Amino acid sequence: MELVQLKSRLEAVFFASDEPLKLERLQAIFEVEQELLRQALQELTVDYAQKERGVTLQEIAGGFQLRTRAEYSEWVVKLKRSRRTSLSKAATETLAIIAYRQPVTRAEIEYLRGVESGGIVRMLMEKHLVKILGKKDVPGRPSLYGTSGYFLEFFGLKDLSGLPNLREFSAPDEVGISLEMDFDS
Amino acid sequence: MVSRVVKYEIKLDSFEGPLDLLLHLVVKNEMDINDIPMASITEQYLNCLEEMEAKNIDIASEFLVMAATLVHIKSKMLLPVTPEVPEEVDEVDPRIELVNRLLEYQRYKDGAARLQQYPQLERDVFSRPENINYDDIDHDGGAQLCDVAGGGDVGLFELVNALRGVLSKLDESHCHQVFKSNFSVAEASDRLREQLLRRKQLPFADCFSALPNRAEVVVMFIALLELVKLHVCKIVQLNPHATIYIYPLCS
Repeated sequence: MELVQLKSRLEAVFFASDEPLKLERLQAIFEVEQELLRQALQELTVDYAQKERGVTLQEIAGGFQLRTRAEYSEWVVKLKRSRRTSLSKAATETLAIIAYRQPVTRAEIEYLRGVESGGIVRMLMEKHLVKILGKKDVPGRPSLYGTSGYFLEFFGLKDLSGLPNLREFSAPDEVGISLEMDFDS
Repeated sequence: MVSRVVKYEIKLDSFEGPLDLLLHLVVKNEMDINDIPMASITEQYLNCLEEMEAKNIDIASEFLVMAATLVHIKSKMLLPVTPEVPEEVDEVDPRIELVNRLLEYQRYKDGAARLQQYPQLERDVFSRPENINYDDIDHDGGAQLCDVAGGGDVGLFELVNALRGVLSKLDESHCHQVFKSNFSVAEASDRLREQLLRRKQLPFADCFSALPNRAEVVVMFIALLELVKLHVCKIVQLNPHATIYIYPLCS
């Protein structure tokens, strides 16, 4: 299959897909050499990166997806007739703690935030941003929370390494000392 | 144990909690976070609480706990240092835990603020709307069966949820097929004990091999749990996603 041809076919598939498509999935669909696929994806991404395009091809949650450009959100929102919903400060804060510290228990989240967070965690789970990863092997077997694949999609992240780097605010000699949390006793 | 029926969310000038309030006070007064003047910050903190009370806001218990902590630290620092007492060898600054919590909180607050700047799906950027109902298929990869090679991570809880979803959708009201179960839990545990005697280690799946129907699988699973409870065997998984093994316990 020629590169140009593959690019068009990829475009069609991306247009029709409602989720990020992983490389393996694309390979199963097109049955081409991975090298050719990568090249086509690369070129398609560059094509979409042209200024005059309204959508971009982005690497998200381990896959590729067509997304509208952020600068055109105003018009897409009008189309959708939906009010823009944004996560509250408290929700983002809780979500950030879960994202950076996963797997994390509710007690740990609450210790870090200093406030009761059960309601927010439940809300984040209902929004599919957070999921239960398992149970911590301590008395009471509290649930361990982590971020979901949808979390990556929500923030347009390729993977968790795309999270903003946490800045250190402590004095230089204290850098690296992390908080000891003893919930186990 | 944990029963939180009533929830208070206090937001005075949109403070997320006592740490947020404290951090605000530290920044506002340009205090050195590693050398917080306890008298001053305690006073200001308590003033804030009073202000909340004046505004007839129910103060969340967390704020009161922090007030108590501040007063406690303050009083500790007022106590004379007694170097002769051997227990007090390590002179830990009573503020250290609080300072660490504040610094840690500040990191996440900052991280959250920057995460908030990221373009968010359905707010800033849009993709083709979902065709799949969340309730039908778990979003984390259930929809992509051919992704196994990509290492689709399916947790136990996702599996259980998925199973629950399937079971709840089964419309079994029309057919009442009654199985006569000849296979009791006692029999199942006997079979399991026997297998454990012969083999020192039993892969999870092998417990169920040669069990033709669902009812028997369930019975065997109950038997397995029963044996674990009786400390006849234990279930071990060395690594995430690794094979689960059953090991006999010497009794």
